Amino acid sequence: MPAQPERADPLITMEGVDKWYGEFHALRGVNIEVRRGEKIVLCGPSGSGKSTLIRCINHLEAVQKGRIVVDGISLDDSARAVDAVRREVGMVFQSFNLFPHMTVLQNCTLAPMRVRGLNQAEAEATARKYLERVRIGEQAAKYPAQLSGGQQQRVAIARALCMEPKVMLFDEPTSALDPEMVKEVLDTMIGLARDGMTMVCVTHEMGFARQVADRVIFMADGEILEEAAPETFFKNPQHPRARTFLGEILAHH
Amino acid sequence: MNYTLDFGPVISGLPDLLKGCAGTLFLAVTGMTLALAIGIGGVVLRDSNVKALRILVISFVELIRNTPFLVQIYFVFFALPLVGIRLSPTPTAIVALGLNGGAYAIEIIRGGVQSIHKGQIEAGLALGLHKTDVFRFIVLRPALRAVYPSLTGQFIMLTLTTSIASAIAAYELTSVAKLIENESFRSFEVYGTITLLYLAMSWIIMKAFAVLSMRYFSYPVK
Ligand SMILES: Nc1ncnc2c1ncn2[C@@H]1O[C@H](COP(=O)(O)OP(=O)(O)OP(=O)(O)O)[C@@H](O)[C@H]1O
Ligand SMILES: [Mg+2]
Repeated sequence: MPAQPERADPLITMEGVDKWYGEFHALRGVNIEVRRGEKIVLCGPSGSGKSTLIRCINHLEAVQKGRIVVDGISLDDSARAVDAVRREVGMVFQSFNLFPHMTVLQNCTLAPMRVRGLNQAEAEATARKYLERVRIGEQAAKYPAQLSGGQQQRVAIARALCMEPKVMLFDEPTSALDPEMVKEVLDTMIGLARDGMTMVCVTHEMGFARQVADRVIFMADGEILEEAAPETFFKNPQHPRARTFLGEILAHH
Repeated sequence: MNYTLDFGPVISGLPDLLKGCAGTLFLAVTGMTLALAIGIGGVVLRDSNVKALRILVISFVELIRNTPFLVQIYFVFFALPLVGIRLSPTPTAIVALGLNGGAYAIEIIRGGVQSIHKGQIEAGLALGLHKTDVFRFIVLRPALRAVYPSLTGQFIMLTLTTSIASAIAAYELTSVAKLIENESFRSFEVYGTITLLYLAMSWIIMKAFAVLSMRYFSYPVK
């Protein structure tokens, strides 16, 4: 993957974003800037709005207030803007969401063919490249149900990479995995980070955060309460909610 | 009881009866194809953003499901000419069977679509696919797989319902049987024979569906 070009403007900007689910205020005045090549880890207690926040970046959720700009495209609910943004943003879900009726290879070629307009040979070449990269090339002809959870999640990562996105969003990519499979997925993500991918990761894997993140963002009740470099955040969290949260996380691990 | 069986007329009419079977299978297969198209299209419109379309589909389904097929087929037969469409009995029967089967298929397929995890749709959208592509490439096949047994049942039903098309003298087995019976008065033999023939055709259709299922829906699931 080519390194991200050096450009000064942020890849993702969220400004004064508010989101409600009906009466429920899920995001409150969220401001975030993600620079090109930056790796962000987003954490916080359950229900704090982490998923909601990253799902706004590719418009799986619409917001009621504020501005979201991705790669210079302002997400204004117009279909064109949404399409353009989704082309540049890859997403990996907690539950993998591979398409069960397609082989691993077909999972990886569908969007490049339908969205990027590649022909089958090109799409397959791209797919094989990224499947190799997540070290699962030999499984290309299998169906998702024939793979372990860790393998499925790596395929999901490869599938997103096949669109050659500028940023990858991860929503708790390892929380549905058996413990012995967490590492293979994290290693894949670390590799991706090393190659310069811009990443926004919702995860409670603090080892990963320490190793990879440029910044940790802590949120609770739909608000960003703290933003700091990982060493600072883990050693010396400022906000009492962050302290409580870290205490709980560490007790679990 | 001094009714003596005489299969003579049935035996001499056998070539016609077999042609009637072919007619029935033709009605069944074309009717099913139309019904499937209406079913899939109807599901898309049923959940579209346009309220008028949703209401249209709901009304259509209610209308078909709450009226007798015999009345529907007469309606198509006598109403279409009023709007200038003149179809002979067999195409009329296909249209009626397709509309009737389609209404039931809409309800069945919709159940399958609703059973698809919303993560599948989100994954498709996140990859940049449009809603229509998400439906076509991601949702449809697993949805059909989920309701395949009900759909098969419905289509066997459609196969048997073709016999009602004899009311407008479409070319199918029951019409042929009626002719033979009218000439020979051998009702028991004629209808006994076609009972077995219908049984055989149901079985063939069932097998055909099993083969299709092997072909399209045999991907492994957890
Ligand atoms: N579609 C929805 N409709 C209504 N409320 C929702 C919806 N999605 C999320 N919420 C609510 O918004 C809040 C934030 O949800 P979100 O999924 O973003 O939290 P999260 O931080 O990702 O939590 P978790 O760690 O459990 O995944 C929660 O209280 C949740 O109940
Ligand atoms: Mg979440």
